[in-house]
Amino acid sequence: MSVAFWLIAALTVAGALAAVLLKNLVHCALAVTAAFLGLALMFLELDAQFAGFAQILVYIGAVAILVVFAILLTRGSETPEKEIGVFSRTWLAGLIVAAAVFAVLGWAVLQSAAGLPHEAAVPAVSVQQIGQALMGQYVLPLEIVALLLTAATIGAVIVAMHEKGDAQ
Amino acid sequence: MLGEGILRGLAETARNFAGSYFSKERLTTVEYPEERIPTIEAARVFPFLVYDGPDWEAGMRCVACQICEKECPPKCIYIEKSKDKKPDYTGKPQIYPARFDIDVSVCMSCQICVEVCPFEAIKMDTVFELSTDDRFGGLLQDRKELAKSNEYYHKIHPTEAAEVDARLAEEKAKSEAKAKAAAEAAAAKAAAAAASPAPAATEVKPTQPVIPPKPAGGGE
Amino acid sequence: MSEKADQIFILLKDWLVSFLPAGWQHVAGVLLCVVMIVAVYPGLFALAVLLERKGLGRMQNRLGPNRVGPFGLFQPIADGIKSLTKEDIVPLRADKVVHFLAPVMLVVAVFMGFAVLPMGRNMVLVDLDASLLFFFAMGASTEISIFMAGWSSRNKYSLLGAMRAVAQMISYEVPLLLSSVAIVMMTGSLSLVKIVEAQNQYTWGLPHWYVFTPWGFAGFVIFVIASMAETNRSPFDLPEGESELVAGYFTEYSGFKFALFFLGEYVGMFGISGLGVTLFLGGWSSPLAVLNVVPSWMWFFSKVMVWICFFIWVRGTLPRLRQDQLMNFAWKFVLPLTLLNLVVAAVWRFMGEGWLRWVVCSAVLIVVYAGAGLSEMRRKKFGPRSYRYAE
Repeated sequence: MSVAFWLIAALTVAGALAAVLLKNLVHCALAVTAAFLGLALMFLELDAQFAGFAQILVYIGAVAILVVFAILLTRGSETPEKEIGVFSRTWLAGLIVAAAVFAVLGWAVLQSAAGLPHEAAVPAVSVQQIGQALMGQYVLPLEIVALLLTAATIGAVIVAMHEKGDAQ
Repeated sequence: MLGEGILRGLAETARNFAGSYFSKERLTTVEYPEERIPTIEAARVFPFLVYDGPDWEAGMRCVACQICEKECPPKCIYIEKSKDKKPDYTGKPQIYPARFDIDVSVCMSCQICVEVCPFEAIKMDTVFELSTDDRFGGLLQDRKELAKSNEYYHKIHPTEAAEVDARLAEEKAKSEAKAKAAAEAAAAKAAAAAASPAPAATEVKPTQPVIPPKPAGGGE
Repeated sequence: MSEKADQIFILLKDWLVSFLPAGWQHVAGVLLCVVMIVAVYPGLFALAVLLERKGLGRMQNRLGPNRVGPFGLFQPIADGIKSLTKEDIVPLRADKVVHFLAPVMLVVAVFMGFAVLPMGRNMVLVDLDASLLFFFAMGASTEISIFMAGWSSRNKYSLLGAMRAVAQMISYEVPLLLSSVAIVMMTGSLSLVKIVEAQNQYTWGLPHWYVFTPWGFAGFVIFVIASMAETNRSPFDLPEGESELVAGYFTEYSGFKFALFFLGEYVGMFGISGLGVTLFLGGWSSPLAVLNVVPSWMWFFSKVMVWICFFIWVRGTLPRLRQDQLMNFAWKFVLPLTLLNLVVAAVWRFMGEGWLRWVVCSAVLIVVYAGAGLSEMRRKKFGPRSYRYAE
């Protein structure tokens, strides 16, 4: 448990808490981006280079943008002017829900950790091995995910087209 | 849509880039104020008063007829007539302007004063660097500043000046010829009157030379 | 001798670092390299700004700036002084924290990309196994900063510019990544150092640069187009178009923050040019085997400067693309060609050595490109131009 780990953990937890507690929705989205960054740094600290960089590329580069676009295209970005202070009115509820989810996930992880093999050294996984695993052992999940993404894209196109039809 | 238009465009800009080091037509920048584009002959900015000969006061063509003052649309000319007279280019004594002020900030370079002047006295100058930091006095040009010689007029508008000079010379010659003819007629008449015993043989004064008719407006 | 000139920066670093105790040497060496990168690239940025203004001027039949210093060489200094001494205006209702962080994040993200570029033989700051992925990850982070800039200004037009910029960057990121995937396929590694070493071989004096193969050339063209769109560079500069949205997402920035955005944009251009040079143009390897006497870092930087000059050339030539034209181009033309390029690269690999694979791959690429281009033209139905004159 090195210094790096504690710093990264502090960043991640702070980002996640800010995402739950802040008043302005876009600030929450940016805080969740900081939490994603913390996760990526965690992956890198564990020498999982591919996972870390893919996390940055996909989550910060695409998912965060998606979240922000979603906030802007609905009316979540309007801040009520009467409120002062940084935290939202419903901070207690958010904190309780977050704590509950954390409790469930933590219990699940600790339960399964008991069954993991105790290994001192972690084998270094190179990108080539990941590629070979994806194309060899895990090709079916890969294809199903691709199909899911295609369905989502087609659905998005249909929804957008319907709106255009309504407007006309 | 195969991209050949883009390639042709790239070739054109490359030609512009390379040619700008060699040919003047590819680099049309004139680095003002170190270099200036020479003004064309028909340029006009602000009026000036023409004078013939070396002395600007004696040779000024303007006779203070005040036609330009009346015709000027923004009324930027202010003329005060003189009390005495001086001879003009034909020798006849004419009044001259004691004050002739034109306001630079009001003048709109319409050239109407030039077109209506019967004496070819006011012409358009091509100097445009008239700006000054003296807002009130510096922009009012008086008689002395406005007076420029006929040689200067030839320099800035050569064909126009040559035309004007030719016309003035022609009129001068015509008026001299008329004066000579009138003098000859008067002398003949005087001789005839002296020959015949006329009681009241008054000497007829030689007739005044005719004021040259207003030149056509297109001559400028 | 040429070996020494090639490695001169490494030798200099080792000599400087040898003055420190052994425990500090590695960290000091890394810090020294970081300082060099942070010093060199803004210097190159000043040079590029000057080149752009003079070059664009000459292409547009005029001189560029030529009053400050001989031939205007001190103009970047004057620009720097101007941006430092201008008042830093933040709109009253702007989101102050986000407004401040946006240029900071942009500059951090673009400078991080230089950590993995091999700028010469043995001259890479960090030799990662997945360095290409790292570079693209850093490039993706710039989109967040652009959105932050546009949103925090509380300005409709800034937000519009930011949305357009983000949409454009996301659309063109896919062809950018896919065209480099072909390179990764051929080399078998994501590491940029290995990619350059794979191109550093010579046959009959000519190098094995990937741009000299059919799929490499197509990938190179696609990469150039996508990199122009990624850095919001003309003809894809609608988000920051000066005649459209004032300055798009950085309208509300003045003084030093604007200078940081400007710096970030140009340094991003350098970064992506450096990546393109590494992937397609052989990185630090020289064009002919005989020219290896010239140091490798000199080759790298001259190739990057040639790329930048090409960007400037294209900026002076092409008109700006409209947003929908831009998106159509990305999704309907560039992306299918990129996928085809991947297939062609695979065909090349599995056809084995010989002249046949050259012919087949080139033929497939040319036929599909011409077919797609001509069908687009036909669909647009360009009639003869008609003019209407005022009577």
